Amino acid sequence: MSRSNAFVGSPMPRIEDARLLTGGARFVADLARHDLLHAVIVRSPLAHGRILAVDADAARAMDGVVALFTAADIGEVPLIPIRQHGVPEGEAYRQPVIAADRVRYVGEPVAIVVAREAAVAEDAAEAVVVDIDPLPVVADTAISARDETLVFAAPTNRVTTFRARAGGADAAFAAAPYTRRARFAVQRHTASPMETRGLLAEWDGESGHLTVHGATKVPFFNRDTLATMLGLGAGDVTLIEVDVGGGFGARGEFYPEDFLIPFAARRLGARVRWLEDRREHFSAMNHAREMTAEMEIACERDGRVIGIRGTVDVDLGAYVRTNGLTTPRNVAQFVTGPYLVPHIAIDVAVHVTNKTPTGTYRGPGRYEASFFCERLFDMAARDLGVDRAEFRMMNLIPEERLPYPLAHMDGLDASWQTELDNGAYGEVMARCLETFDWAAKSRLDGRLVDGRHHGIAVGAFVEGGAGGRGETARMTITADGMVEVAVGSTSLGQGLVTILTQIAADALSLPMDRIRLVHGSTNLVSQGGGSFHSRSTVMGGSAILLAAEALLQAIGEAAPHHEAAGKVRIEDGMVAVGDARLPLDAFAGLVVERQFFNKKLTYSYGAHAAHVSVDPRTGDVAVLDYVTVDDVGRVINPLTLHGQVVGALVQGLGSTFLEEIRYDEEGQLLTGSFADYLMPTATEVPPVRAISLGLRPCPNNPIGAKGAGEGGLIPVGGVIANAVAAALADFAVEPNTLPLTPPRLWHLIEAGRRAASDTTNADDPTNAEARP
Amino acid sequence: MSRTVRFALNGVATALDVADRTTLADALRDGARLTGTHLGCEHGVCGACTVIVDGLAVRACLMLAVQADGADVVTVEGLAPRDGGLGALQQAFHEHHALQCGFCTPGILTTMHALLTEEPEADEARIRDVLSGNLCRCTGYLPIIAAVMAARGAYRREGVE
Repeated sequence: MSRSNAFVGSPMPRIEDARLLTGGARFVADLARHDLLHAVIVRSPLAHGRILAVDADAARAMDGVVALFTAADIGEVPLIPIRQHGVPEGEAYRQPVIAADRVRYVGEPVAIVVAREAAVAEDAAEAVVVDIDPLPVVADTAISARDETLVFAAPTNRVTTFRARAGGADAAFAAAPYTRRARFAVQRHTASPMETRGLLAEWDGESGHLTVHGATKVPFFNRDTLATMLGLGAGDVTLIEVDVGGGFGARGEFYPEDFLIPFAARRLGARVRWLEDRREHFSAMNHAREMTAEMEIACERDGRVIGIRGTVDVDLGAYVRTNGLTTPRNVAQFVTGPYLVPHIAIDVAVHVTNKTPTGTYRGPGRYEASFFCERLFDMAARDLGVDRAEFRMMNLIPEERLPYPLAHMDGLDASWQTELDNGAYGEVMARCLETFDWAAKSRLDGRLVDGRHHGIAVGAFVEGGAGGRGETARMTITADGMVEVAVGSTSLGQGLVTILTQIAADALSLPMDRIRLVHGSTNLVSQGGGSFHSRSTVMGGSAILLAAEALLQAIGEAAPHHEAAGKVRIEDGMVAVGDARLPLDAFAGLVVERQFFNKKLTYSYGAHAAHVSVDPRTGDVAVLDYVTVDDVGRVINPLTLHGQVVGALVQGLGSTFLEEIRYDEEGQLLTGSFADYLMPTATEVPPVRAISLGLRPCPNNPIGAKGAGEGGLIPVGGVIANAVAAALADFAVEPNTLPLTPPRLWHLIEAGRRAASDTTNADDPTNAEARP
Repeated sequence: MSRTVRFALNGVATALDVADRTTLADALRDGARLTGTHLGCEHGVCGACTVIVDGLAVRACLMLAVQADGADVVTVEGLAPRDGGLGALQQAFHEHHALQCGFCTPGILTTMHALLTEEPEADEARIRDVLSGNLCRCTGYLPIIAAVMAARGAYRREGVE
């Protein structure tokens, strides 16, 4: 394909910005409608119990209340399907769109109130009395595993166990000269996009058509799901994507409200809007990442890793939602990341508890798995007296071994198996070490300077991208001489319009202002995948390349001398057929649609290095320097890519230091606002040097690009915890529980001090015996 | 109870009928139909709803509309030049890729506009300190800080006039 333009690879400022900067954007809450009704969801105040009665008489009688629905009004209550990584045994744990006779977490929908004003709906919701007979609360995986209180009619609270295997771990561990075991924990936290969710559903009784605004991520799946639940045809339902205030994996999945609000609109023959408030969001939107692990590493004396084995217990929350099993599956398969580990045995048990259900959050399972792996590596390297950077360099998968299969998912078919595609893992890590100046900074490692202990660490990651089925692009030449490009990919704020316009402009040799990119809504293309699993650039972009090729072909066939088919070019904005030049609008009305199907995932990869200092009196950690280097196959827009990496990294710092959703033993949510749930702010962001390379184009798609939205986050927990451990080596601190809050670190430091004063003879650091 | 509040909104005399319990944010969004002021938490923590009232950056979710009576209110819609285009701060955000989803952006623009109007010499530490009252989940803040630093020159020049 001719490429006379070179927008791809250039830091094009975003097309999206002007509206967003001037207040001209249209988020779902901004849509103006006449005769709008307002919905509020009544939610369970208890974590577990039987619903005895819902007394809504007072609420129904309030002035301005239009309707109130409970499960009884809905009839047969639909269950939310598992969209991704479903296993048959997960079906019994699916979530009903509204609780009928049992509630299983604080925040579970029990009723929906519709009123003429939002404030009236809120007042009415407070007047609903839900009478619940409490049941014992399954507050964590330890209680869940006892199966004394069953959360479902199923015989166990353990939904499934994912098993990842490579080689023969038991024999390898038995023969290994060095092994070490450790326990880890990652806290429950959540994606927290700045815009809460919202939906505006309109039922047109005359045409029997339902239109829902506020879709994102997977509009086609959600449309099909909603249509099935309501007994409508897919053609009777349109999902419209408007501006979206961030997703990060959590927004846009099919939630209970995605049924309840359209249901109310249809039942009432009205326009109904629901806007989630932030307190509600903390109990209703997917949580993520809560798990504990007991892991063990085996190495040769020189530091070569022989194997990793262990068990992980995932706290899934109350139900298996659309993508609830993705994180546990990823943890099982991705523990070893970019490292060559011949023997693997990881069992990941998935437990239901009486807490908000969990789903994916940026780098799902990979962040947690990387934390376990990188911590084990540093413990082993220290024990064996091997430089920690050297330890990783010797264990990265060499380029000639790629493609390299990840651990096999036992008992699951080929669609669950995957292999790392290509890359120069060692070269990228070397670049990271050089940029970071590992050699010079090593002299500070473990040193006490002006009252603070300094430590450094380095880690590597792989990031899977381009998952899901195909993606569609449709190109239409319009009467004003533009090419309208419609894609099924959705925008969650990541700069999709700009990136895909760059790709389309290059593919058609047109300036970017001759491309009009539209996306996301289900009326634009016949089928679409959406934006998840770092897929939209690769999938949408590849579909655009195929469509551009088809469009040039179609122009050639429609040209006056159509023997020129296949030989037409676009030059200077004109169609060139031989020596003739025709304006593009001469072909107005030409339409092509093409789909790109992906068989293999993309794996971008990279390395992070961090330098921290810790105040031993308070446990305060300062990140003094942070370097990331990644290879994304092909860089489409360095500006937006850099934004993805830095944004993800800072989210990772939030995951590592700050963010935690807490429950008490009764399953009451203790984190209900941004005053309780701390996210990074501008004063906490360290200096960051983020370098993105297009070193090894992906062999599995025509663009050569790889998903790149998550790698900035994946290794942060492990790298930071290792830098803290290095800083606090004098106190033998092993920070294996996240988040690394000052009190937690202070306690570890104090415990280290006490242990040091108790034993005058310090442990031999090369002792190969496992320590608890 | 409802009453009429009168205030200057982005330089235009405005009268809105509002219920006593209506927040300034809801009055701007629903009454004046200026939806650039976003509600991210309604707890006064995230800063997305920040508007400028008599020169001060305030949380429109924590202020009642009736309290704005007689005030001079500037929202994100009032930051761009009247003849179109972008203001200096907005232009700097565009050039530095200081926004992604753009939901928090209006509150950050108003907060930083209020800061630079008062303190065009604000250094990085001061900018970070003031910016720390606004949450952004996408950018990691670094490009925002760079954009604000770059926009200071325009505010210095305005101050001279």
